[in-house]
Amino acid sequence: MTAPILKIERLGKRFGGFVALDSVDLVVAPGERLGLIGPNGSGKSTLVNCICGTLRNEDGTVTFDGAQVDGLTAHERTRLGLARSFQLPRPFASMTVAENIHVPLIYTVGARGHHLSAAELDTRCMELLALVALDGKARHNPRDLTQVEMRKLELARAVAAEPKLLIADEAMAGLSHSEVEDIVKLLIRLNERGITIIMIEHIMRAVMAFSQRLAVLVSGRKIADGAPDDVIRDKDVVGAYLGQ
Amino acid sequence: MRAPLFILIQLVIATAIYLGLRFFGNDYLFFAGYTVLQFIVLATAWNILGGYCGYVNFGSAGFFAIGAYTSVFLFTVGQSPEAVFPASILPAMQAIFPLPVPLIIAIAGVMSGLVGLGTGYLTLRLRGVFFAIATLALAIVLQTLVVNWSFVGGSRGAYVIPANTVPVFGPYIQYLFVLMLLLTIIALTCARMIERSSLGVGFATIRDDELAAEACGVPTLKLKLIATVLSGALMGMAGAPFPFYIGYTEPGSVFDLGYAVNSIAMPMIGGTTSWVGPLIGAVLLGTLQQVATVTISSAVNLLLVGLLLIGFVIVAPNGIVGLWQSWFRKGAKP
Repeated sequence: MTAPILKIERLGKRFGGFVALDSVDLVVAPGERLGLIGPNGSGKSTLVNCICGTLRNEDGTVTFDGAQVDGLTAHERTRLGLARSFQLPRPFASMTVAENIHVPLIYTVGARGHHLSAAELDTRCMELLALVALDGKARHNPRDLTQVEMRKLELARAVAAEPKLLIADEAMAGLSHSEVEDIVKLLIRLNERGITIIMIEHIMRAVMAFSQRLAVLVSGRKIADGAPDDVIRDKDVVGAYLGQ
Repeated sequence: MRAPLFILIQLVIATAIYLGLRFFGNDYLFFAGYTVLQFIVLATAWNILGGYCGYVNFGSAGFFAIGAYTSVFLFTVGQSPEAVFPASILPAMQAIFPLPVPLIIAIAGVMSGLVGLGTGYLTLRLRGVFFAIATLALAIVLQTLVVNWSFVGGSRGAYVIPANTVPVFGPYIQYLFVLMLLLTIIALTCARMIERSSLGVGFATIRDDELAAEACGVPTLKLKLIATVLSGALMGMAGAPFPFYIGYTEPGSVFDLGYAVNSIAMPMIGGTTSWVGPLIGAVLLGTLQQVATVTISSAVNLLLVGLLLIGFVIVAPNGIVGLWQSWFRKGAKP
């Protein structure tokens, strides 16, 4: 059995008296497509923030690619190969679309010792923008982009860091049916390139189309983990979504 | 344009300005010019942290004062080394002191850079108004320390009287003017190099979105510390020649609110995203203030700054450079 790319053990996070994550265990295999679902306030984003280093977990451990990363900052984890996209797109507003892609190429790929020349930077950037069909908008400002283009920019910027694991936090929120399909296809293409992906999503048809495995968080606790078809029939999961 | 060519062009312009002012044979022009140059350095230094990184520093006067009081301290030591050093090292110290002003400026830069580093460690986890208040508090703490430090004059102040003339330059103010010209070149070169480097890209990501910057692998805390050190060091270097310029240094004049206000207003008026902005803002506002001082009154200075700032916030929130860029973009559209 191959070693997991991500292993979370007894992860706990509190905000004052509120328990956001309660002893969560999660294992992700290399190359896997994992769907993570849960009602609003179930702790999904908190879990992502703890995995990526935006928040520090009080209990438990996060092991990524064989190394415990709890003490590392967010940028150190990104450099190790743990990238994320944000629930609400957070482009660098003063930069063009291409310059947004340059940032991880300079600060993550560059920091790993692969210093890219200006020409290499542009080539790599245009490849990534072509991957998400934004190559025609390289010189535009992010504020000129549509919602789906903004989501694609967010994903392209995360992929520019050459991650081993990508966490897509509600990358399809607010998109139309065809746009959701577009993003799902994009995520599957990225997965086929060897990137392990955790997709956090509320849109169930997207989750079911994408996920090889499904985990469910409710009130900061993992209540189910397994094959998607089995998980959505689990009585605890149905209860959490529809009420007991 | 490469950095050596940029420096060369600045040196040519600086030489032309110096010789031009000498041609008029009026020392007042050097006094006024020194003040404008000092504001260019201060505004450029402020802009490295405030403009590039988006961290508004209200403590410019504190860093300026560290530079000024480093000079006062070193000058005072130079006046009476026997009062400071033990007899065993006194002859060596007597040979070293008094220190030349360029060396004092360099030491002042190191001192204020170190304070910048300390300030950074203590305050850079704060953002927005909380960071601004913390930097303002730093200036107040430093002023309290200086007021109670009798060696550098305390609240009564200290005299730093340099020689009347300097070989080659003639009047001392011309020497100080040339030093400030060189500091201006250093500050502008530093700012321009940052802007065009990966450091500048990193600073811009911090200004735009720190969380997203970290997620892209940008070591935000490290970059912010670099910005506070550079900004603080340049502000301190701008303040170091001040005691020699003014002759009598007291806390009220060095910790003057005007330094904090001007070092913010000048980049805001010129534009904060480019090295040109603080330069334009400082030249425009600094010159206007000098004209107002001579023709109306020195008290009108801050009023002038306030009015201009209000006007620019309404008409051109991105400063003159931003206004120029938006006109240029409109003109470029068919």
